Amino acid sequence: MVGFDKNVCSVYTFSYEGEIAVDVMEKLQILTASAKYDVACTSSGSNRNNQAGGIGNTVSMGICHSFSADGRCISLLKVLMTNRCVYDCAYCVNRKSNPTRRATFTPEELADLTIQFYRRNYIEGLFLSSGVIRNPDYTTEQMISALELLRNVHQFRGYIHVKAIPGTDDVLLSRLGLLADRMSVNIELPSRESLGLLAPDKSKDSILKPMALIKEKINENSSDIVKYNHAPRFVPAGQSTQMIVGASPDSDYKILTLTEGLYRKYGLKRVFFSAYTPVVEHSLLPSLDTKPPLLREHRLYQADWLLRFYGFQANELLDEAAPNFNPLLDPKCSWALNHREQFPVDINRVPYNTLLRVPGIGVKSAQRIVAARRAGTLDFPALKKLGVVLKRAQFFITCKGKPLEGLKVGEHTLLRSLMSGQELSLIQPQYEQLSLFDDTYLSALPKAETTGLTKGGWPDV
Amino acid sequence: MFNTVALAYTYDGSFEGLLCCVFESYTWKEIPLAIHSEEDGQGLLLESKWIDTDCTKADRVLKAIPFRICSEALELVRLGFWTCTPDKELLLLNFLQLGFTHGAKIMDMLADDTVNALLKAVQQLKRESHHYLGFVRFSIYGPVMAAVIEPRSFVLPVIQDHFCDRFRGESFLIYDKTHGMALIHQPGKQAIIPLDEWTLPEPDLAEGKYRSLWEGFYDAIAIQERRNDGLRSSLMPKRYWKHLPEMNGSRTAVSSTKVKLGESRQQLENGEFHGSI
Repeated sequence: MVGFDKNVCSVYTFSYEGEIAVDVMEKLQILTASAKYDVACTSSGSNRNNQAGGIGNTVSMGICHSFSADGRCISLLKVLMTNRCVYDCAYCVNRKSNPTRRATFTPEELADLTIQFYRRNYIEGLFLSSGVIRNPDYTTEQMISALELLRNVHQFRGYIHVKAIPGTDDVLLSRLGLLADRMSVNIELPSRESLGLLAPDKSKDSILKPMALIKEKINENSSDIVKYNHAPRFVPAGQSTQMIVGASPDSDYKILTLTEGLYRKYGLKRVFFSAYTPVVEHSLLPSLDTKPPLLREHRLYQADWLLRFYGFQANELLDEAAPNFNPLLDPKCSWALNHREQFPVDINRVPYNTLLRVPGIGVKSAQRIVAARRAGTLDFPALKKLGVVLKRAQFFITCKGKPLEGLKVGEHTLLRSLMSGQELSLIQPQYEQLSLFDDTYLSALPKAETTGLTKGGWPDV
Repeated sequence: MFNTVALAYTYDGSFEGLLCCVFESYTWKEIPLAIHSEEDGQGLLLESKWIDTDCTKADRVLKAIPFRICSEALELVRLGFWTCTPDKELLLLNFLQLGFTHGAKIMDMLADDTVNALLKAVQQLKRESHHYLGFVRFSIYGPVMAAVIEPRSFVLPVIQDHFCDRFRGESFLIYDKTHGMALIHQPGKQAIIPLDEWTLPEPDLAEGKYRSLWEGFYDAIAIQERRNDGLRSSLMPKRYWKHLPEMNGSRTAVSSTKVKLGESRQQLENGEFHGSI
């Protein structure tokens, strides 16, 4: 057995050409570490029972089996087939010019790990991605053989998420899709220009083409299923994508508009955002000591939720004049503050869609309000019981035509109530000087840096 | 019309027994101050009335629920019985009383204190059950798989279908240490039975190997720059950690991944494991 301790680091510098890793544990560690920057680890969207002779099922809401030290859900065995790669994307830890240790799983090793982990209930299934060996077609063939082994020999009926490699032949992609629950193609960067500079081997068209193919196949398949009950399902959990935030100067507005376009045009189930973690020194990239922009990523996810479940549109939340989210307030509160003419609304009268726009009312509590007011008129204590966050909602609602008794709407109280403890702590030392619209901290939004790159778009998404 | 009486009902702790308490309450038009199961064995200051479990009575109440309230209410009552909320019996009695008065409308009365308390308790049960769909950890001993859990609520009946479908070809056991019950499954057969004082056998060589691999994976998947212990603990509360190999007490620092790996290797070679449980 090969020793594996801290000293191994010195080996890295010269061993990357050869495949030193032979032991499964080593391979697992290398190929997991190379896959960890892929955000999605969801196992949702697919609902399938087991059948005789099989192992596994899928649950539509998805199941988290553990949480890693960074607090991210571990649902799937997320690994690369190989971390060898013929591409040289600047931001990527696996790019060919990076002197890192390389490894490749055989289909048998991968199937064995998946099944053994799955039986122990460590995982919900497999998330298989890969660096590009030789060419996209060859790489995809390797992935297909691993998945066929799992599905056909081991009768594995758990969840499989697989990456579509841009540039792969349509026929191969179609075969891959019949083996997986979800397929994804990474958009990588939010604009054509950023992509051109940082990922020279990938183009906008090569990324959007498989996305369009997957969408077409899903549509085709859903009409087949109407005709033939047992038609094999093509990626029943749909497709998703992810993009890196903070590696290029693209604004939140650009990212959110692109996201909205992807949902509309390609029927994506999810768009994931990945705060850029510097892994490599590069003149076009933020420096190595840059902290990942976690708050910005968080705001984008909040906005993504508003698009998917709250009936908001990207251009309601941001525009060219204010193209980035306020770090101090969540997107919904920001929107409500800028549209105070639409409030207050009466909780007992307004429709569900309007309830959803009130800060402090979420999907669950809006549904509860709609049900509970069928049984009787609601007052403020009742709302509290239904899970409404009155601290925020109080400024925007009335019950039976009356606002909350004793409510004071000073700019101070208003803002303080709308911010979470964490957000308040960002400005705590200056808190006393806080006022609503003229305060420098509130107007100081993160400005998109324009050095190095010019802004570009994906105009026809 | 119902009088609160200075009495406690004591019943055998079964669901049917509780339905008989409901029957009793309706017979005498009385609400007891407390309902205890036999096992509670609390030193009661109240005078206690023993309620016999009678299947005919239980069946009458059971049939009345979907008929006079709605089937969702019956589902809620069943789930409510498995929760760990204190005084769940009295809560269920109050809920049924309200239900028999208002009918199906009760499912919308979310702001009512009784309905609200029951829904919250059931929500907690469902949350814990959902956690356990992910946090159950099987150890494999040749052809059989076994897991130990320590849930607050009685989650076994809620997670039963999921695991019996997922591992329909396997023989397995999930032991609920808190409630002294176990779900056992063999292809084609399943049951939840009482089981006291059972411990997992020591892992064999293969089991130890896959646990180490899992731990290796767990350490490698974290992004150190994003480390967030608070978030992890809120999503995976510490009370679950005891039975998770990747969170086992003997493994602490996630940062020293490679050293960890070296250690587990050595242990593997020496034929000893720092496995969980």
